[in-house]
Amino acid sequence: MLRLRAQMIQQIRQFFLKKAVLEVETPLLSHAVGTDPQLAFFTTRYCATPIEQTLFLQTSPEFAMKRLLAAGSGSIFQICKAFRNGESGRFHNPEFTLLEWYRVGFNLPALMDEVAELINQLAVQCHQVLAATQRSSYSSVFKQYTGLDALRFDYDAYCRYALGQQCSEALTLCGEDHVLWLDFIFSHYIQPHLGENHLCMIYDYPACQSSLARIKPNNPLLAERVELFINGVELGNGYYELIDSKEQDKRFNDEIALRYQQKLPESIKDQRLIDALNAGLPECSGIAIGLDRLLMVLSDSRSIDDVLSFPTHRA
Amino acid sequence: MATFSTNEFKAGLKVMLDNDPCSIIENEFVKPGKGQAFSRVRIRNLKTGRVIERTFKSGESLEGADVVDVDMQYLYNDGEYRHFMQPDTFEQYQANDIIVGDAALWLKDQDSCTVTLWNDAPLAVTPINFVELKIIETDPGVRGDTSGGGGKPAKLETGAVVRVPLFVQTDEVIKVDTRTGEYISRVK
Repeated sequence: MLRLRAQMIQQIRQFFLKKAVLEVETPLLSHAVGTDPQLAFFTTRYCATPIEQTLFLQTSPEFAMKRLLAAGSGSIFQICKAFRNGESGRFHNPEFTLLEWYRVGFNLPALMDEVAELINQLAVQCHQVLAATQRSSYSSVFKQYTGLDALRFDYDAYCRYALGQQCSEALTLCGEDHVLWLDFIFSHYIQPHLGENHLCMIYDYPACQSSLARIKPNNPLLAERVELFINGVELGNGYYELIDSKEQDKRFNDEIALRYQQKLPESIKDQRLIDALNAGLPECSGIAIGLDRLLMVLSDSRSIDDVLSFPTHRA
Repeated sequence: MATFSTNEFKAGLKVMLDNDPCSIIENEFVKPGKGQAFSRVRIRNLKTGRVIERTFKSGESLEGADVVDVDMQYLYNDGEYRHFMQPDTFEQYQANDIIVGDAALWLKDQDSCTVTLWNDAPLAVTPINFVELKIIETDPGVRGDTSGGGGKPAKLETGAVVRVPLFVQTDEVIKVDTRTGEYISRVK
């Protein structure tokens, strides 16, 4: 397994070398961290007397990499650790390895082509035979597996569906929160079917799940976001990146307000990212792929623990 | 009783769900990269034995259930209740047929077994994995038969019926696996 990991990382570096994408390193420790209310972060104390400061372990290298892009780095990639507090399970370890890359001048379909090329190439080198890559929109798979409309929240129809699945707790769990319902139904009843022995890319996410993606100019209900799945395992998440600093600032503020409302640990917005966006982020698309999970899929492993040298509980 | 949050849900943890004591079988952490985390839990209702699936939001909690497994000696059946005793304290418990369930097929007076107590009252009875019981009735076998293939039903002293090889006779004592109800060997 150690060998397979080393081989995979070598191949990724070769892949980007050939395409002249620059490998970069950005700090794991930073003064600010993502504001996403769904991501819990690790907090550390930096002591260099007389200065004492709180630093955060990054939940992804996104902000730092975008600052490099704004500074004119051109297309870049990074293989690094990311940290998410409290995430532990068959597919989660609180410390994990990410491959994140940004392509200047690429729109989302162009990035998806490159993702498919990379994943299929890695699979071949791991002697895994993947069937042809599939691409579907979020609302089409939602409709296909549940009959429901993902973009329009019909509370009664969603409830009826949950009851039909013998899952009455969904009603109290999700209440009248459209986003929660989407997370619930998608992760329970759709995701397990996605990418059976092939790479499946889901695009056109509902705008309420846009995260750091741009909203489609011709359809305000859709976000330019893509997720990757193989054998029901979520492998990565990409965007046609938001470059509007005002919109970014607003999303930060909304998320910070939501964190406050849910009594989650306080997070400060990364003003340096806002400044970088102000200075001008080039039009680009970017994606992050969980390499531990990719390795799981390529080696038919049942648990993420099987592909790590030492999972956190044994670290 | 303590409460347990979803990240403490481990196989074997006993919790209260819908007012019934339950045992957690499996807990799967489900979390979209950007989205709400859920715990998808397989859980056994200890009263009915039924296994159900239930989803919780991460961080939700359940009250613990005061459920313990105690090794006890089975004493006797008074027709309505079966009586058990904790050998170290001599404390006695009684349980009706519904609670004892299929375990009754393997309980011989004085044998030991595991009694699951909920709030200090019997909830379920589990026989030990291997019991030795006497055959009280089986067809006479044909000479020369070996243990391979075939077999015949044999009624045991507790009332259970198991398949035994043809050479095993009435009044012999045999060893049985109570989890599968299968014959293991003769006991000399």
